[in-house]
Amino acid sequence: MKKVAIVGYAQHKILPNAGALNEVELLMPVVHKVFADLGISQDDIGFTCSGSCDYLQGAAFAFVEGLSAIQTHPPIKESHVEMDAAWALYESILKVKMGDAETALVYGFGKSSPGNLDSIISLQMDPYYISPLWPDRVSLAALQARVLLEQKIITAEEMMAAVVESRKHAASNPNALITDLLSEDLYNSNNYKSSPLRALDCPPISDGASAMIIASEDKAFEYTDHPIWIEGIDHRIESSNLGSRDLATSPTIESSAKLLQLENINFDVAELHTQFSHELPFLQKLLNLGDVPINLSGGPLVGNVMMCAGLDAIGKTYESLVKNQLKHGLAHATSGPCLQHNMLVHLERQS
Amino acid sequence: MSSDQTPKDYRESLIHLEYQYTAGSATTTFLNQVKEGRLVGQACPKCKAVYVPPRGSCPRDGIATTIEVPLTDKGCIESFTVVHIPIPGNPIVPPYVCAMVRLDKANISFLHLIQGVEIEDIRIGMRVQAVWKPKEEWTHSLENIKWFAPIDEPDIDVSTLRFKEA
Amino acid sequence: MIQAGVIGVGQTNYDSKRRDVSMAGLVREAIDHAMLAADVDWDAIDAVVLGKAPDMFEGVVMPELYLADAIGAVGKPVLRVHTAGSVGGSTAVIAASHVCAGEFKTVLTVTFEKQSESNATWALSPRYPYSPHINAGAGGYFAPFIREYIRRYEAPEHIGWKVAAKDRQNALKNPLAHLQIPGIDEKMVSETPMLWEPLRYLESCPSSDGACAMVITSEEMVGSRKVAWINGMALRSEGTLSAGRDEVNPQAGIDCAKDIYQQAGIQNPRKEIDCAEIYVPFSWYEPMWLENLGFCELGEGWKLTDEGVTRLDGSLPVNMSGGVLSSNPIGASGMIRFGEAALQVMGLAEDHQVEDANIAMGHAYGGAAQFFAMWIVSSSKN
Repeated sequence: MKKVAIVGYAQHKILPNAGALNEVELLMPVVHKVFADLGISQDDIGFTCSGSCDYLQGAAFAFVEGLSAIQTHPPIKESHVEMDAAWALYESILKVKMGDAETALVYGFGKSSPGNLDSIISLQMDPYYISPLWPDRVSLAALQARVLLEQKIITAEEMMAAVVESRKHAASNPNALITDLLSEDLYNSNNYKSSPLRALDCPPISDGASAMIIASEDKAFEYTDHPIWIEGIDHRIESSNLGSRDLATSPTIESSAKLLQLENINFDVAELHTQFSHELPFLQKLLNLGDVPINLSGGPLVGNVMMCAGLDAIGKTYESLVKNQLKHGLAHATSGPCLQHNMLVHLERQS
Repeated sequence: MSSDQTPKDYRESLIHLEYQYTAGSATTTFLNQVKEGRLVGQACPKCKAVYVPPRGSCPRDGIATTIEVPLTDKGCIESFTVVHIPIPGNPIVPPYVCAMVRLDKANISFLHLIQGVEIEDIRIGMRVQAVWKPKEEWTHSLENIKWFAPIDEPDIDVSTLRFKEA
Repeated sequence: MIQAGVIGVGQTNYDSKRRDVSMAGLVREAIDHAMLAADVDWDAIDAVVLGKAPDMFEGVVMPELYLADAIGAVGKPVLRVHTAGSVGGSTAVIAASHVCAGEFKTVLTVTFEKQSESNATWALSPRYPYSPHINAGAGGYFAPFIREYIRRYEAPEHIGWKVAAKDRQNALKNPLAHLQIPGIDEKMVSETPMLWEPLRYLESCPSSDGACAMVITSEEMVGSRKVAWINGMALRSEGTLSAGRDEVNPQAGIDCAKDIYQQAGIQNPRKEIDCAEIYVPFSWYEPMWLENLGFCELGEGWKLTDEGVTRLDGSLPVNMSGGVLSSNPIGASGMIRFGEAALQVMGLAEDHQVEDANIAMGHAYGGAAQFFAMWIVSSSKN
């Protein structure tokens, strides 16, 4: 099987409200950065794939506008998923593995500040039965948090720890949106948004963009002596019918973990796309991560760019392996209410 | 119970979402000048192509258009269509002419209306100039230009308009 | 590279309003037909690839989430592709990439649009602040490019009528087609109201509900099934408002076609390709794409149309199914082209079958004629 490596990643500083910057203006600097880091240009890219969402922007064809940030002369091999850019990465890996490209540029962008994210996420549900009730994203997440607490799979203390720790980790992440430290007292006095979730258990409204470059085995060694191999990647979706799901577990994460044979790997670091505090201890236990450092970037609780945060989890894992010369990293990306669609990525640094 | 007993196989359920629209910094700069009655394009520092209205990037090269290029409000019709159906939410009465207007020195065209001429006389390559609203009505919008109208200058051969890198 | 082939194509019937089914029911209808045709069960499906045009056409955000059950994706990988009008084609290419990459044996792919559940014109014409509100729909956007084509090559106006009549005559041989207009001819087209000059009402595509699905598998899984081998497939894109772009004859289309011809070993497409399903939402795009795809020299496309070359009984039949001009569920329209091309080389196109069709092209375009997806399917392997 052909090997594929991540060779570059760049992230825009996550902003609460990018204000006058439009999506193209957010995107161009990160694409230029990821090229400059490798000393290459779009001419060196074999396939380009992006992730974005029209409803975040409030207009059809967000990705068409986004493409204005990319050099398209001469025309490029390009595609787009209306998903988190982690899935654009997945598509790009297929293109490299089939030999259609030796390198790929992957990017995602999203601004949650212009619209009402709660309402937009409601529109992900069954349009005939559920969406007309306008369930907001926090209430949907709270359903799962409640199940996990009542079944004693996680505790309220673990949720608090997830929030407090994420703030501490954010201090060393220059792109994090929230970097204020949080005391336990402050957390405990925070109001519930949708019980058992407090406002502090939820990710901040975020604007941003990220870009990544992957390469085939031959190509990767042109850029680095220590490629970060995508040793395993798998993603699976669950039912849209919350009533038919057991929210106390995740059959998709379990089967992906099994398929990727993660149980035998001693991970040095993990970045999980845990947007709500309860999801962190839940996945930590589900994936048997024990004392593996999780979300050293602070994770989605300190900056959660829609359509990018999944790619960012992979990108941050990549950065950790590069920077600290670690061996094994685990990344997780998710989509949909209550962790409906999950991707696991095992990264391994070439020693 | 409603008086209408006819069974319906569908019902309308409207989705209402509000957004804070962001023009972007390039468009903001452009519109600030449009408010003063000036059309200022932006050029790509690499290929030198001039974009108007600028959207902040040159999609040829994927870089920011950083060079400001003042333009006149004269140009030509690169192509056009006579529209015979109304536009939702626009009071304009069909038939009307929607044209790709290419301003002089610009390397892309934009859609705008052509008026002040019999429809039969409109042709590709025809020279046109902006007809502005009264100054006191100017806002941050290309709607400050009511439409473009023909001017008495010789037609342009549009095949010469295609951008070629210097 | 692993060779992939289409072993099943399924389509719904197309109509302006499929109120007899939900969105889930619509996609499932196409899937059931495709899996029945392919003779595969759910346990054979390793991944699902979903495609459709903007979410605003139905008001469902990222619909792979809601449709996970209906498309049989639960517990499996699912990808949702969106590349504007070309999406039906690019979804097929990406589904096949799952197989060609060696990651999956058999992939189900489905595309759909249920335009009746929303207002597509509204979805495509948002009222942006700061700019004149003169967007007159897709026809208004493409009409100036068509006028420029006519000017460049001095094409007579009846060419558009001819394409419109020909595709609707073909639709009469396709029971799934949305528009069924008995007695359709050039004169009838020419007498319909002008919408966006030079385009008349019947020179424009309808707005349809519908779905199209395919089962794509690797060589080893084909067995004794009928198969359309994918001998070439490619995607190309160029920027919308890019200086120097020729909207009449986009470079991305030229490059994309050259790419698939090279992969399939085709030297002379006009001679070697037996028939083509080309994305023609407005009549004039048939001659324009014939040139762009290299079937003839620039300026000669309208002559091929005029001479009847593209008729069902011509030497290069185009849009045997009736094309986008007869059925247009936008997100699926590209995949219908790809699927109909496959049906031709499998010999399953029934009343609109081209005799001895061995090599066929599927083509889709989208955006401002800037996104292209194409494939070559054949009754024999590369």
